Amino acid sequence: MSDPRPLHEFSVEELQRERRLDEIRQDAELHGQLQLVGARPAGAPFPQASPENGYYRIPLLKQPPWTWEIPLYFFVGGAAGASAVIGAIADYTGADRELVKHARWIAAAGSVISPALLISDLGRPERFLAMLRVFKPQSAMSVGVWTLLGFSTGAAAAAFAGFLHDRYGASLPVRVMEQAGQAASLAFGLPFSNYTGVLIGATAIPVWNKNAGDLPMHFGMSGLGAGVGILELMGHRKNRALQALGLGAAIFETWEGLRIEGRSHYHLDPLKHGTSGLITRTGGVLSGPLPLALRIASLFGSEKRSRSLRRWAAASSILGSLITRMALVHAGHVSAQDWRLPLQQGSATPRTNDKTAVYGQADFKQHGD
Amino acid sequence: MSVTAFLTDSTLCIGCKACEVACKEWNGVSEDGLEWSGYSYDNTGAVGASTWRHVKFVEIAPVPGYGGNSPEQPSWTFSSDVCKHCEEAGCLEACPTGSIVRTEFGGVYIQPDVCNGCGYCVPSCPFGVVERNQKDGRAFKCTFCYDRQKVGLQPACAKACPTESIKFGEIDSLRQRAQERLAELHGRGMNDAQLYDPIDSSVQGTHAMFIVRGDARTYNLPPAPAVPTVYLKKAWRSSAIAAGVLLGGTLLAFLAGGKDGRVR
Repeated sequence: MSDPRPLHEFSVEELQRERRLDEIRQDAELHGQLQLVGARPAGAPFPQASPENGYYRIPLLKQPPWTWEIPLYFFVGGAAGASAVIGAIADYTGADRELVKHARWIAAAGSVISPALLISDLGRPERFLAMLRVFKPQSAMSVGVWTLLGFSTGAAAAAFAGFLHDRYGASLPVRVMEQAGQAASLAFGLPFSNYTGVLIGATAIPVWNKNAGDLPMHFGMSGLGAGVGILELMGHRKNRALQALGLGAAIFETWEGLRIEGRSHYHLDPLKHGTSGLITRTGGVLSGPLPLALRIASLFGSEKRSRSLRRWAAASSILGSLITRMALVHAGHVSAQDWRLPLQQGSATPRTNDKTAVYGQADFKQHGD
Repeated sequence: MSVTAFLTDSTLCIGCKACEVACKEWNGVSEDGLEWSGYSYDNTGAVGASTWRHVKFVEIAPVPGYGGNSPEQPSWTFSSDVCKHCEEAGCLEACPTGSIVRTEFGGVYIQPDVCNGCGYCVPSCPFGVVERNQKDGRAFKCTFCYDRQKVGLQPACAKACPTESIKFGEIDSLRQRAQERLAELHGRGMNDAQLYDPIDSSVQGTHAMFIVRGDARTYNLPPAPAVPTVYLKKAWRSSAIAAGVLLGGTLLAFLAGGKDGRVR
């Protein structure tokens, strides 16, 4: 065995570590056991397995493995779906051609971005086509993929035919393609704008499935706010129909926000507390009350002022829609990590705030023979 | 070909982890870290993509006489957890590729050559069993040793279990054996022994039942697991209303808003 290194060869960090060892030794000598701060392992005292704690408070549920693409996909899908509907209805009711064209382009952009996001999130992107082996009505993902397929085909066809129409005039095949594409993008755009609410609602994640009856409507109206917002930012800030739709979406989102805040169920905690609660509320304010106030203000005063206020309302709605999706996905992760929820499902037991149950203190009456 | 099941009896489990090892070896499952979790002798904490059998080390408070222990000793039970192979399986219903199928033995099987790693089965499992392997990209869980059952062999974990804590067999006879075992345990004074088989919940029973002592929640077995398809009706109704409101609202807005909407 070689001699210990002389002290002057130690670096400062090494000396500090050595001093720590001396401290531990002194403490052990003095008390017969370690009482130093920092001598306990991180996280101690460890939770105990019990009916309240479950298995050492290890969450039962797994978090969704989705990455950043998915909330973005929810946002793009909502905005693109609503835009397709606006574009088609604007065309059928004879609104100005420019609005129809812009709405179609937004839908077409969504028809390219959405599948790209969806595919890049797959664990095996090259196997995307496996999705098209089957159609399963009981799987919201399967219904969604087929809806996306129909929507993308329709929206891309309508936009491309519209482009040909403007550039080379309207021949019969172009007109047929334009109208068929538009009809398809309308038919598929309606569910496409909100099915993502069903997708996350019908899962085992408590905060999502407790809102299964709200999420599709919430996502649909949020998507409408974003779709209207993008059209307004593209210059359609005089259009009265868009103003009405934007007002409607903002009113609904305000009501939805109040509804979430008004219900006190512990499953909804991730929407109200912590980081996920902060993000949810930020998204809620940006898609509900703020654009609502700005739009109401824009009804009065000069035209210039009105257009400026609508620009801000539009930007707020778009940002709010994106943040709302991010917030709900984040809340789902928080909810999945809450070990208490699956243990309490179906029982009226209120949640316990007990975070300090330690060895020997848990209720073990039920183990008595 | 009969419908089969596992019956895992925690009163017989000695925590040897032979089932975990046998499962990994037979199925070629990658190792998942040899670190201690800090929770008793548990390495992995839960079943997952690389842990298809998972031995839970349930340390509970020292109870005099419990399990034959001396009063000073913390009582200790073990239970080997596994995919529940639900009768109404959330992962199977959610899978958009048809990769997850029901086998002729009643098990739920992920076909690895079809799975494209969409990950929707993961939040759809009420037992938190399925997990996406981040390196591989696909979802994995217990196969119920479909390959072994195909040729008439019992699953690797059941075969390797030295105490017959993991029983494998035809489901109805296993349910009967479970009742016989419970009667035996109750006769020995273990009145808190019970069978976990959530047949009254929306998963409508499982192909992996557990005999545990005390409250099943101590083993992270949920009292009311729900297959997520039960939420579909409510969600699609909301979706239909949203679509109707969007269509009607847009029509109304453009009909009332005039052709070009010059007035803001």
